[in-house]
Amino acid sequence: MMNSSPAVSIAGLRVKRGKVQVFDGLDLDLAPGRITGLMGPSGCGKSTLIRCVVGIQKVQGGTVTVLGQPAGTPGLRRRVSYSSQQASVYTDLSVGENVAYFARLFGLPSSEAERVVAAVGLADQSRQRADDLSGGQLTRTSLAIALLGSPELVVLDEPTVGLDPVLRAELWGIFRNLADQGITLIVSSHVMDEANRCDDLLLMRQGRIVAHTSPANLLLESGKSDPDEAFLELIRRDAAEPRHLLDTPDDAPDTAPRHAQEEER
Amino acid sequence: MRLLATAGRVLGQLRHDPRTVAIMALLPMLLVGLFAWIMPAQQFDRIGPMLIALFPFTVMFIVTSIATLRERTSGTLERLLTTPLRKVELLFGYEIAFGLVAVLQAVLVVTFAVYVCGLDIDGSLWVVGGMAVLNALMGTALGLLASAFARTEFQAVQFMPVFVFPQMALGGVFMPRAQMPDVLSAISDWLPLSYSIEAVQRASTGITGWELNRPLLILVGVTLLALLLGSLTLPRRTP
Repeated sequence: MMNSSPAVSIAGLRVKRGKVQVFDGLDLDLAPGRITGLMGPSGCGKSTLIRCVVGIQKVQGGTVTVLGQPAGTPGLRRRVSYSSQQASVYTDLSVGENVAYFARLFGLPSSEAERVVAAVGLADQSRQRADDLSGGQLTRTSLAIALLGSPELVVLDEPTVGLDPVLRAELWGIFRNLADQGITLIVSSHVMDEANRCDDLLLMRQGRIVAHTSPANLLLESGKSDPDEAFLELIRRDAAEPRHLLDTPDDAPDTAPRHAQEEER
Repeated sequence: MRLLATAGRVLGQLRHDPRTVAIMALLPMLLVGLFAWIMPAQQFDRIGPMLIALFPFTVMFIVTSIATLRERTSGTLERLLTTPLRKVELLFGYEIAFGLVAVLQAVLVVTFAVYVCGLDIDGSLWVVGGMAVLNALMGTALGLLASAFARTEFQAVQFMPVFVFPQMALGGVFMPRAQMPDVLSAISDWLPLSYSIEAVQRASTGITGWELNRPLLILVGVTLLALLLGSLTLPRRTP
C-alpha cells in the first residue's frame, strides 16, 4: 500500500495510564512526507499516541518504530521534534530567549532561532516575556521551538487550539510547506474543519483507530458532506458495532479498567 | 555548550526576577547584621561563620526545589528530555548557575560580616567564603532531588523547614554534637549539615589539613550522590 517504508510503525502497542488501559494492541503505519491529522474526542488517546511516538510514554508492550529506529532512542532526538499540548516554554524568559536556548541545545546558530520566531509571526514579540503573551502567542512560541533545525518528523499536539482562523490558516500553511519539503507531520486536533487540510486522517475513539483514511474518503465512506458530520457518523457506527472497522474484543464502559486481568510482561 | 546554555538560561530566568536576586544578595547580610547586633562579640564569632555557610544552603535548596518543580510541572523538563540535552548537563547547568550566584552571595556576606560587623575569623576568609559556595552547591543538589517528592510548590516550600531545622538543631549550632545524647549524636553523624557546620567551625578557627578536609570531602560526596539520585528522578519516559 505504501511506496516507501513508513515514518512511524506501531505494532501491538499496549499502554496503561493510571488504571486506564489506553491502548491494548494498537497497530498503525504512517506514510512519510505527509500530514497525518489525529482526530478524535478528548480522552480518546491522541496525546498518549503522540507521547509514544516521541518516546516519552512508558509502554507495557509492543513496538513503536520511528524513522527506522525504536521511538525515543538518542539518535532520534535531532530527527523528531515535538510540541506538547501545554505550551512548554519558560514563562519567565522572553520569546527570543526561550527559542534561543533550545536552538543552542541543538547546536544551531541564533539566526535559526530568529528564523522560526519569524515563521510563527512573533518577530515583534521576541523581546516580550512569555508570561505577558496571549494564549495564542504562547502556543506559537512553543511551536517555534518545534520548528528548529531540520527535523524529519514533526509531532504537534493540538498546535492550533485557541488560535483565531487567520493564524490557524497561516500555521497550516507552514505545516504544508514542511510536508512539501518531505517532512512527515503528525498533528492532533479536535477541530474537524482542519481535517481537510491533512493528507491522511486517523480517527480515534477510546484508544482504538476507528478509521485511517484520506479526507476525501472520509466523506465518501460516511456519505456526509462535511468532516464534522462524517466523523460523528463514523463514531456512531463504531459505537453501534465496534468490531466492524477494527478487531477489538470489547466494548466496556470507559470508567472501569478495560482489562482487569491484564497479563504482565 | 549545552551545559553553558543551560546555566545561562537559569541565570537569565533570575535576571528577569530582580527582586529575587536582591533578596538573595541582601538577606544574608541583613541576617548576619542582626545576629552581630544581638550577640556579644565572642558569641558572634562562633555563630557568624555558621550563618555564612548555612544561609546559602537554605536559600539554594528552596530556590532549586521550586525551580526544578516548575520544570517538572510546566512540561519544559519533558521537552528538554526530547532534545539532545543530557541529564548531567541539565543538573550541572543548575549547579553552575546557582554556584555563580552563591559566589556573589559569599563575597557580599563575608565582606559585610568581617568589615562591617567585625567578625573575627582565625582561619582564611577565602576558605570560609568557599565553604559558603560549597554549601550552596550542596543545597542546589539536594533541592533538585527534593523537588521529585513534591507535587506542588506548597509542598516544596515546606520541605525547607522539615529538612533544615532538625539538621541545624542536631548539627551543632546550638549545642556541640559531642555533648548530645548518644542517639541524637549518632543520628547527626548521618546528616550532611553536621559536616557543613563542622567544616565551617574548623575553617574559621584556623584548623587545616585532614581535620578540615574530611568534612569537606563528605560534603562533596553528598552533593555528587544527591545529583546522581536526582538524575534518576528525571526519567525520559513517564507513565
